[in-house]
Amino acid sequence: MVLLKIKFTQQRRVHLAQGLWLLSWTAVIWGAIIFCLGVYLKMELLRRDEVMDNTEIHVVPNILIIVGLASIGTNWVASCVCQDSLDATRFPRWKVLLLGWFPVAAVLCCLLISVVVLSFALQGRLEESLKVGLRNGIRFYKDTDVPGRCYQKETIDRLQMEFRCCGNNNFKDWFEVQWVSSRYLNFTSKDVKDRIRSNVDGRYLLDGVPFSCCNPSSPRPCLRYTLTDNNAHFNYEYQSEELNLYSRGCRQALTDYYMELMNSTGPGVLSVILIQMSVILGMRYLQTAVEGIMALEDPEGESDGFLLEKGVKETMEDLKVKALIMLQFWLVDPIASEGSSEDADLEKAEKEASPTPAS
Amino acid sequence: MAFLKLTFSKNKRDKLAQVLWILNWVSVVTGILLFSMGLFLKVEINKRVELMAERDIQYVPNMLIAVGLIACAINFLGGKICYDCVDTTKFLRWKLILLPYIMCTFFFTFCVLVGALMCYSMHGELEESLNLGLTEAIRFYKDTDTPGRCFLKRTVDLLQIEFKCCGNNGYKDWFQTQWISNRYLDMSKKDVLDRLRSNVRGKYLMDGVPFSCCNINSPRPCIQQQISNNSAHFNYEHQTEELNLWMKGCRQALLEYYTHIVQSIGLTVLITWLFELSVLTGVRYLQTSLENGLRQGDLNSESDGWLLENGLMETARINLNIIKNIGKCNQIDTANNGDPNIDVPSSSIAH
Repeated sequence: MVLLKIKFTQQRRVHLAQGLWLLSWTAVIWGAIIFCLGVYLKMELLRRDEVMDNTEIHVVPNILIIVGLASIGTNWVASCVCQDSLDATRFPRWKVLLLGWFPVAAVLCCLLISVVVLSFALQGRLEESLKVGLRNGIRFYKDTDVPGRCYQKETIDRLQMEFRCCGNNNFKDWFEVQWVSSRYLNFTSKDVKDRIRSNVDGRYLLDGVPFSCCNPSSPRPCLRYTLTDNNAHFNYEYQSEELNLYSRGCRQALTDYYMELMNSTGPGVLSVILIQMSVILGMRYLQTAVEGIMALEDPEGESDGFLLEKGVKETMEDLKVKALIMLQFWLVDPIASEGSSEDADLEKAEKEASPTPAS
Repeated sequence: MAFLKLTFSKNKRDKLAQVLWILNWVSVVTGILLFSMGLFLKVEINKRVELMAERDIQYVPNMLIAVGLIACAINFLGGKICYDCVDTTKFLRWKLILLPYIMCTFFFTFCVLVGALMCYSMHGELEESLNLGLTEAIRFYKDTDTPGRCFLKRTVDLLQIEFKCCGNNGYKDWFQTQWISNRYLDMSKKDVLDRLRSNVRGKYLMDGVPFSCCNINSPRPCIQQQISNNSAHFNYEHQTEELNLWMKGCRQALLEYYTHIVQSIGLTVLITWLFELSVLTGVRYLQTSLENGLRQGDLNSESDGWLLENGLMETARINLNIIKNIGKCNQIDTANNGDPNIDVPSSSIAH
């Protein structure tokens, strides 16, 4: 019992080949677009590499890049097959390749689906990575004289201004960290000494933030020191002041940015999956129809195209048997050089033994 | 004696027509390029129109847009004409239009050249405009409650952050204006009142700058207040400190930015002008060789093509005479026939 059989006349076969050729070139272009998307996403992730702790999220653009390239190659092969499919002399050389083409195309579809799933699943990991990375960035903000960390200040300042955010969760993160280097502190001053003694670790903590937290949209010139003291500034209330500094945390800002980027690639990836599946189905019909017509040796006649020669269950059984045979062959083969001659003798003996009762 | 005469066989003429057809289409593309460059410049100027005082600088992008559109139209027509010139019957359609077309295109190339030169002359006007505009913007920085000026603070802050500049000429411009609104000053405090009384105009002046002047590359957290007081900050000398604030003035930064754009545009327009001129020369040769071929009666034979029928001086003289005589068309020529209003008896008396 054949699965989804369709009759193909000569005319229909020609239309199928032409349509599939166009579809496979569309798929090539979409594959190139997916590749470019992957490269762009990777570049964006690499740009903020310094505030990320690990590179787990890079698996999404890596898969996009690989799939994009593979898709270009696979669909280009498909278009070549379509071009040769109506020519009985040229089609046979693609027969063997097509056996391998279907699994590769199916794997590509699976990889694309996995990309969509991963981009949602890895959101938590991305947030964790950013949390640790930003915490380190804020901690090492003052170390502009330590090699390896001297650009941390510039990175964090640029990040806060570009993404309009302040601190890890919010601006209060800056109150817990010494972000003014000891090189610029006057240790003879009473105020400095008091502050250093006021906490266990002996750090110079203040309720102030760097200038990059300032919000340009504020109607008031930026207040960034003694933020918790309402009396330090005229007409100022710390609890209700919203416009003075950026209220969003940088972790949230960056996560939102990357999630938006990955979600916007979603429709593109989904349409590639659809196109690829149509190419696979079309290619299967074309392959079976052309092989059918070649078996009949009548190029103008009708032939059947189908998805599976037997039903789904029977095909699975067949595949299982084939796989077992391959496995046995592969397992037996190393020992075959010693045992095969013995086996052959045994078989011969059996064959000689068996006819004797009949005769 | 024709000016720059060349001989054209039928084949050469046809090839010339085909090449000119392609070149005209390339010129259409360059016309579109000019149009888009004019549009880009207009958008860039309008983005920062709040920081520019009223000056006539919009004429440059407007000119470029107009020139781009006219170039597209002229070269489109030129392409059509050259395409038809290969075929004799079709050429006769365009015969009368060809010479006026060439003259129009010649004057148009002058416009393109003027457009290119305007790009380079914009510099002075732009500097004036930016100088005045930035002075005003810094003065009204604090007026975030005045309608029409409430976004000036944000504009100036974002400008200083983006262009890495501070003030008009330098950061000291901020010392001369009150950039903190009175709404945020505690008038009951002694030192506020002292500051207000310390200058003639009663303004709250301080040696501090807004946060947007801070330099990201400084290894030290930004010092915005009491900049000229060395003892207010540990290990600080304001005369030698260069990394704390942006050193460049915003006028300088913006001027460099716009000059760079305008100079690249000017160079492209000059190249387009040269290209247009060469296409025009080709069309002129094609026109004269086709007309000479017609005059000879056989368009399939060889004919001469030239730029000017007589030499340069001759042509100039002839044209000047034509221009002189245009004014005389209403006057009566009394030289040969005499004034027709006066009855002159005929010279033959014999009856």
